[in-house]
Amino acid sequence: MWRNTLAGWSFILPNFAGFALLTLVPVVVLFYLAFTNWNVFGVAEWTGTANFRRMWGDASFWTALRNTVYYTVFHIPLTMAASLGLALLLNRKLRGVRFFRTVAFLPYITSIVAIAVVWNQLFSPEYGPVNAFLGAVGIGHPPGWTTSADWSMPAVIIVGTWRYMGYYMLLFLAGLQTIPTQLYEAAQLDGATPWQRFVNVTIPGLRHTTFFVTVMLTIESFKVFDLILVMTDGGPGQSTLVLSQYIYQKGFEENQFGYASAVSIVLFAICFGITVIQFMVNKRRNS
Amino acid sequence: MTDLPAPAPAVTVPVGGRPARRRVPARRWRIAGYAALALAAGGLLLPFYWMVVASLKTNNDVFTIPIQWLPDPVVWHNYLDIWQRSDVTTWLRNTLLLSVVVTFLQVFTGSFAAYGFARIRFPGRNLLFLAYLGTFAVPWQSYMIPQFILMSKLQLSNTLWSIVALQAFGAFGVFLMKQYYETIPEELSESARVDGLTEFGIYRRIMLPLSRPALASLTLLTFVTTWNDYLGPLIYLRSPELRTIQLGLRTFIDEYNAEYALIMTGSVLSVLPVAVIFLLGQRYFVEGIATTGLKG
Repeated sequence: MWRNTLAGWSFILPNFAGFALLTLVPVVVLFYLAFTNWNVFGVAEWTGTANFRRMWGDASFWTALRNTVYYTVFHIPLTMAASLGLALLLNRKLRGVRFFRTVAFLPYITSIVAIAVVWNQLFSPEYGPVNAFLGAVGIGHPPGWTTSADWSMPAVIIVGTWRYMGYYMLLFLAGLQTIPTQLYEAAQLDGATPWQRFVNVTIPGLRHTTFFVTVMLTIESFKVFDLILVMTDGGPGQSTLVLSQYIYQKGFEENQFGYASAVSIVLFAICFGITVIQFMVNKRRNS
Repeated sequence: MTDLPAPAPAVTVPVGGRPARRRVPARRWRIAGYAALALAAGGLLLPFYWMVVASLKTNNDVFTIPIQWLPDPVVWHNYLDIWQRSDVTTWLRNTLLLSVVVTFLQVFTGSFAAYGFARIRFPGRNLLFLAYLGTFAVPWQSYMIPQFILMSKLQLSNTLWSIVALQAFGAFGVFLMKQYYETIPEELSESARVDGLTEFGIYRRIMLPLSRPALASLTLLTFVTTWNDYLGPLIYLRSPELRTIQLGLRTFIDEYNAEYALIMTGSVLSVLPVAVIFLLGQRYFVEGIATTGLKG
């Protein structure tokens, strides 16, 4: 027993030391900082719930929160539908599926900066191919995309979906492979239409995958940041300002580390809370 | 959180590119399938096509009506210009250095720790692992501030070390390797133990060689993530000579914002190494993702 403990720790320690110092400690410290008034140079001054009370009346905070929810509410179903659709398509016997799988994954491994700059060109209101296409199919006044307060968020959501669908497609594809072929054959013998087979065999068979994808997508959506930072920098106005970016602004641009930490706690609580709820719901459904 | 769902809905990965179900679809469906495939491929590839084509145009030709889908004239010169007009050499050198060091540390310490979690039973093990798992639900953005303060106190900020520290000890490597080790039969290490091999010997002589595919996955995924990281360097690397390719590209865009073609040239250069690595190791990316499903 004692020998095992020693052996176990000696394997884990090199990684754990770094992990504890750079992840666990900061997470704990966060809860202290949020109750202080602090810029790096001075001394942390305990201010109780002042930061949270300030947040309550802070219009920018609420805008950031609302925008984050906006992004999440659209990004999750869109990415889910797109990636599941792709996975179903690629699970068939067609030529070129392998090539296609590579293609679908490419956006995920491409740097955000390159993606943002290319999409900004594609979305260019007057000269970009996106609006040229919309014009060609008869849409007279195509949107201004990243230059318009109303369309900047949809633009970011489109790019986010484009970037991540290949990744989730892969998870769905792996899930599809675990559904026994016999189930489909049986359904077919019973005269089920393709749609019925999808609803009664595929959807239940993918339950675990869908659950996992939902959890991952939620966290991913709530922490969206770099994409927005590079594509729109939160603008125009505050139309694409999200929570992570607000934390960044308050902390790293305005040196209000205490206040930024309080906002961080909100982000932390949302992500953690949603994950826990999802796990509980999933557990109940399973039993 | 205990049972972060054996998220590998499948370690039975679709790797070989062969769909398991080999029902031959009816002709009508097949045509529809190809049409959908072509459409989706077009949508996914268009931005890449645009990037490459625009990088070979003159600035004036990037935006024209009607759109020029092929560069005319082809301006290869952009690819020479960018080396003279920016510090792309420095950026690439920094990024490569960081990616290699981070990857090495992540793979080394991660696989080592994973062995401890997967194969050695000791009190507190599950609790420890839970701490690793728990951090998956915590976005980095929510604790980047205390982390930054800590790094500043350690005098690591504005050094390349800060990025190494930030990226190298993530939970991801531990998780991926543990998942893989658990697929290796326990009897193998049992019999080695009977033969008198130490735990370290088992790790070194049995587990490591057997886990080559997982090591490859982890290596590639970590390398690409570090290469593409934007936020970490943005926060920590303030001096121009420390800039990574992502930061450099970003400052270049701000500086030369009307030089559309040259900006695309820089983008191609920033994507190219990763694209090549990805195409070479495609199989391992797929395996790594499907094994863990993690890393957002």
